[in-house]
Amino acid sequence: MKFKTFAAFVAPSVVMMLLFIAAPLVSVFLQSFYLTQPVIETVEVETCTPGFLEQTCATALRTRPVLDENGKVQTTTTFVGLQSYRNVLEPARAWDAISGFDYGALMGIDFWRALRFTLTFTFITLPLVILAGLAIALAVNNTAKAFRGQVIFISLLPFIITPVIGALSIRWLFVGDGILTRMIEGWTGEDIAVFAQGWSIELLMLFYRVWHVAPFAFVVFYAGLQGVNRDAVEAAIIDGASRFERLRYVVIPHLMPLIVFIALIHLMDAYRVFEEIIGFRSEAHVISLQYLTYDLLTPDDAGNRSVSRASASAMLTMVGIVILLIPLLRRTWRDHRGAH
Amino acid sequence: MSDMPKALRQPLSLRLSSAAFLAFWCLLAAFPIFWIAVMSFKVPIDAFAANPLAVVFGPATRAQGKGLTALDMLALGGLLWLTYRAAVRGLPAMVAGMAAVIPPVLGWIVAAAALGLGFVLVGFVLLPPITDALNAALGLEPLLGVTTENYQAVWVENAFWRNFVNSLQVTLGVVLVSLTVGTLAGYALARAGSNLAFWILVVALIFRALPHSVLVAGYLPVFINSAEILRPILGENAPTLYGQPLSVIAVLVAINQPFTIWMLRSFFQNIPAELDEAARVDGCTHFQAFRWVIMPVMWPGVITTGLFSFLLGYNDFLVTSLLLDQSNMTMVPAIAGYFNRETTTTDQVEAVAAAVSITAPLFLLVMVFQRQIVSGLTAGAVKG
Repeated sequence: MKFKTFAAFVAPSVVMMLLFIAAPLVSVFLQSFYLTQPVIETVEVETCTPGFLEQTCATALRTRPVLDENGKVQTTTTFVGLQSYRNVLEPARAWDAISGFDYGALMGIDFWRALRFTLTFTFITLPLVILAGLAIALAVNNTAKAFRGQVIFISLLPFIITPVIGALSIRWLFVGDGILTRMIEGWTGEDIAVFAQGWSIELLMLFYRVWHVAPFAFVVFYAGLQGVNRDAVEAAIIDGASRFERLRYVVIPHLMPLIVFIALIHLMDAYRVFEEIIGFRSEAHVISLQYLTYDLLTPDDAGNRSVSRASASAMLTMVGIVILLIPLLRRTWRDHRGAH
Repeated sequence: MSDMPKALRQPLSLRLSSAAFLAFWCLLAAFPIFWIAVMSFKVPIDAFAANPLAVVFGPATRAQGKGLTALDMLALGGLLWLTYRAAVRGLPAMVAGMAAVIPPVLGWIVAAAALGLGFVLVGFVLLPPITDALNAALGLEPLLGVTTENYQAVWVENAFWRNFVNSLQVTLGVVLVSLTVGTLAGYALARAGSNLAFWILVVALIFRALPHSVLVAGYLPVFINSAEILRPILGENAPTLYGQPLSVIAVLVAINQPFTIWMLRSFFQNIPAELDEAARVDGCTHFQAFRWVIMPVMWPGVITTGLFSFLLGYNDFLVTSLLLDQSNMTMVPAIAGYFNRETTTTDQVEAVAAAVSITAPLFLLVMVFQRQIVSGLTAGAVKG
């Protein structure tokens, strides 16, 4: 294919990506060094109240935003360097907490709290998703062909459901008067409040994510299982391999590329954990990095969005994903070089 | 099973435990969804009853005279079965029938919309008066407490249909635009082995990993002030991009592009290059070969990719909630509006009904497209 034709074919897609992915990245990067604020002026205001004989007057200093000729609030944008990053990371407080071995104080800073949750969430769900997916795939492979269609249909439901709704559906089982809370209360005789403390919400979030992604892993592994070499399995039997050994030394190595694939996709997606926070309404106890940026971007009570702090936190989130992706990129590059 | 060598046969205990595990998984997978569906049809007392049986059979709902008689259940069961048959058998035939007039992607959209509309019309408008009359004539008492009042409150009183229309608009826009743009790029990327193609794919992979909030942080200030920024170029009628469904469509298409081109590329790679070479020898340009030779055999891949674009547009919360304003919210962020009001159990049950309303089209989607979804999930993985 000639370069010109190639360019014509990919142009719309590349332009979209440049305009809506690359350009915002650059603008976020720049925004994180600037701060846009309304211009505030301090004026002396004299207020008088009618009194006997003469008015009583008081003068006070008031601050108010300056309006331009259209009646809009004037804003200025100033270069603040790394100030927004400092506001997000709070290095002084964080360092005090670390050097004083005060875990609670470190978790008092939003960014570190979010980072802690995002990383534990990613690395705990990763093995669980792979194990659950593999187990379901092996079990489905074992059942009679007649049931497989129905099982796949039911398995796809948690995967296909809107993430916020999926989280909500599990939340409603565990809210104060939810059916499962009532059941557990009936068994233990104690009052249960799942959403009153961080750790129980976190457990539910982990459960939700595994429930949501395991079907994807299952379908991929199941497709991979259809390609397991029958001769290799039979040879292993003749060599006296037990059922577990056959799984360990024949089936798993065959599935290895797929396991790597699932792990990578899951790494990218779990790092972006966000919908769980909304669905379980856990923001008071547990937040994630993406939620932190989202929260800074939503207007506060006065209608202001802290764009520059959001940009700083977005850039920091991105640094994290790039670090996670470096091994993958190096491998892809080596494969590409090897292929040519 | 009989062709299996004896050594490969499994002991009964293993087969039983694997079947038990699978049954457990199916229960786990379906229960939360099944349960919110049941809750949404009850009055609040039943929906949050302590006894699970009370939630299923709804005595309080039945006591209010809202319920299904044996006849109703029969009619409903029949309707569901017919819908299922139509979805699995009828739809593909319908799409094939329309293929001469419109391309399959549009055909599927039209057919699915027709099926959904038909189900709502028959189930909610046509059937109730008939069964009511029959029940009265036969003197049947309701057996199962069921009420649609939560759905009426959500869809009619709270005007959820508006959010539905917005969702439909955004989702359809995302599917159509991202497929048009994506097939062109996917085709070129599958056929060109150059370094440039490789780099585009790698950069797309990095873009795929980006958290969406990072991007939205870039759009927001620009979109809010776009009227002032664009004024020098477009003059007085420069639009404010914030709150426009069109700008959300553009954003979601771009976010979805990396995934789309990777997936379509792997589908295009399965189509032998000899096919377009033959067309080229016959005097087609590249574009003609693409349009008249490749596309006709490519529809399954395009439909599969379209399904995933649909899911992205339909399920999105983050982008839509930040870039749209209250007047044109889509369904998923709109449900967050219930959170703030979710103080009484009535509000909670209405929120449940809204959640089920959002899930129902997805349920239909899995029913019709199970095979395509499975092939899409494995396309990137198994073929490498």
